[in-house]
Amino acid sequence: MMNGKLRKQIGAIATWVLTFILMVIICVPGLWVVLTAFRPNGEVLAKPPVWIPENPSLNNFAKIFGFGADQVAIPVPAYFANSLIIALTSTAIALLIGMSGGYAFARYRFRFKNGLFLGLMLSRTVPGIALSLPIFMIWSRIGLIDAKLGLIIVYVALNVPFTIWLIDGFFRQIPKEMSEAAQVDGCTRWQAFWKIEFPLAKSGIASAGIFAFLTSWNEYALASNLTRSTDSKTLPVGLMDFTAQFTIDWAGMSAMAVIIIIPALILTFLVQKHLIAGLTFGGVKG
Amino acid sequence: MATKRPPFWQREKYTPFLLLLPAILTLLFVVLLPLLFSLYTSFTGYRLIRPESLWQWVGFRNYQRIFADGDFWTAFGRTIIFLTIALNLEFLFGLGIALLINKITWGQRTLRTIMMFPMMFSPILVGYQFKFVFNDNIGILNNALQSLGLSDGAIPWLVDKYLANFSIIFAEVWMSTSVFAILLLAGLFAMPRDPLEAAKVDGCNPWQVFRHITLPFLMPFVFIAMTIRSLDVARAYDIVDVMTGGGPAGRTELLWTLIARTGYDNARMGQANAMAYVSILLSIAFTYYFFTKLLAARKYMGGAE
Repeated sequence: MMNGKLRKQIGAIATWVLTFILMVIICVPGLWVVLTAFRPNGEVLAKPPVWIPENPSLNNFAKIFGFGADQVAIPVPAYFANSLIIALTSTAIALLIGMSGGYAFARYRFRFKNGLFLGLMLSRTVPGIALSLPIFMIWSRIGLIDAKLGLIIVYVALNVPFTIWLIDGFFRQIPKEMSEAAQVDGCTRWQAFWKIEFPLAKSGIASAGIFAFLTSWNEYALASNLTRSTDSKTLPVGLMDFTAQFTIDWAGMSAMAVIIIIPALILTFLVQKHLIAGLTFGGVKG
Repeated sequence: MATKRPPFWQREKYTPFLLLLPAILTLLFVVLLPLLFSLYTSFTGYRLIRPESLWQWVGFRNYQRIFADGDFWTAFGRTIIFLTIALNLEFLFGLGIALLINKITWGQRTLRTIMMFPMMFSPILVGYQFKFVFNDNIGILNNALQSLGLSDGAIPWLVDKYLANFSIIFAEVWMSTSVFAILLLAGLFAMPRDPLEAAKVDGCNPWQVFRHITLPFLMPFVFIAMTIRSLDVARAYDIVDVMTGGGPAGRTELLWTLIARTGYDNARMGQANAMAYVSILLSIAFTYYFFTKLLAARKYMGGAE
């Protein structure tokens, strides 16, 4: 008896120790970057290391946004605006295309259905860097290099397959009979869609949108090769500006990292539930 | 007499194709056509600095050249090893984490949210973060080791051949384990209780229950995670590009960083496109493999229902 109880206790302790180690590994690297964002650069380089910032300040943020005396040569506000414009526009377009395509997959039987679905998904497997080569060659011929439009078009294509996959899953969870009943009552299919299916799938569609936004917001392989200047460079590409200098401004770079992560953090919290549901539903129940 | 046939775009038969038209057109113009163009380019001696070389047909010379190139095979082999180690570790850790969190009742929601933390990071940030952590001079890892008295020198995490490869795998695993953990946890939540209790009544020990009931049930979820992961394995490019840039001296060069260096830095577009095709086939092979596994597992689940 005693033995069983002891074993249970050891098990519980082991569980908590493992969980603690896990959380440390997950949290500490990010936390270190966040702390660094509030330090002066001298403290980053200090030996012995300063663990907790001694005089935390917002100087690094002021610096990268161009306030105060010592601003950096990197135009972060412009990058921020580019990122926002490109991610929002491409998300909106991808959602429209994805809703139309997802509805087709969820509600119709047609020839080549499985082949088309597989084809859409396979288009997503092409590594960004491999796709960037021909797009670079074509875009430079038609003047889309270093243009927001060029990147928006690419991101729409990048997001469409996954958006269709998620939205297809959400539409399929809505019983067909509901919109059929509406059609019997005199709605056209178009009206039935907007009155019945769209409101029910709204939160799912929103999470597909957030997912698309995050993909665009975080993308680097294509953006780094298709952009050149403040006209179109996005935040992830801009982050690398810091490493081009001889000495790395770790504090400034960390502040910029925090700027990139905050929107992603908020949005992911909003969708975590839908994301898991969407992925597993679309995948398992087919 | 007979009602006029509606124009074709109003016929039910064509509706799904019309609905899918925007998606098909987008992917045609942004993915398929460029890929055909790059297939063509891979048979030319195209260099960015000499535009007329786009029309210089060289047959299979680019492919012959890369297949005879030691650097290419090193990068290719390293990419395969990198993916094998990373995906297996992600699966094992993800499974471990899912089982662990499934066991915990108090604070489970918070743990789940924290566990999703790495998913929010863009790969470029993961790369930056670990470039910082593993920095030999000011990195938190060396600082911690020195403060604890475990090491007196600066360990060259991103310079030494083995340590640098360890570091990039660590970053990759850190970033992607949560995909497995989350999907497997969802699987554990969806698992019916009856077979578990029946097995316990029949006297199965915990290992047998796990091996013969839990794990088979989780397999479709494993394959979903693997399929999702194989779609974006090339994200590792971002991480490596920030952390080491493939260096020092090509010690962490993966296929993807080699493509970028050949195409953009050396301006040999033809050759880079030939390599890109190898990387595309690699990705498709990975995805196809796990997707067929997923379909098979799904069929098995359907039969069980």
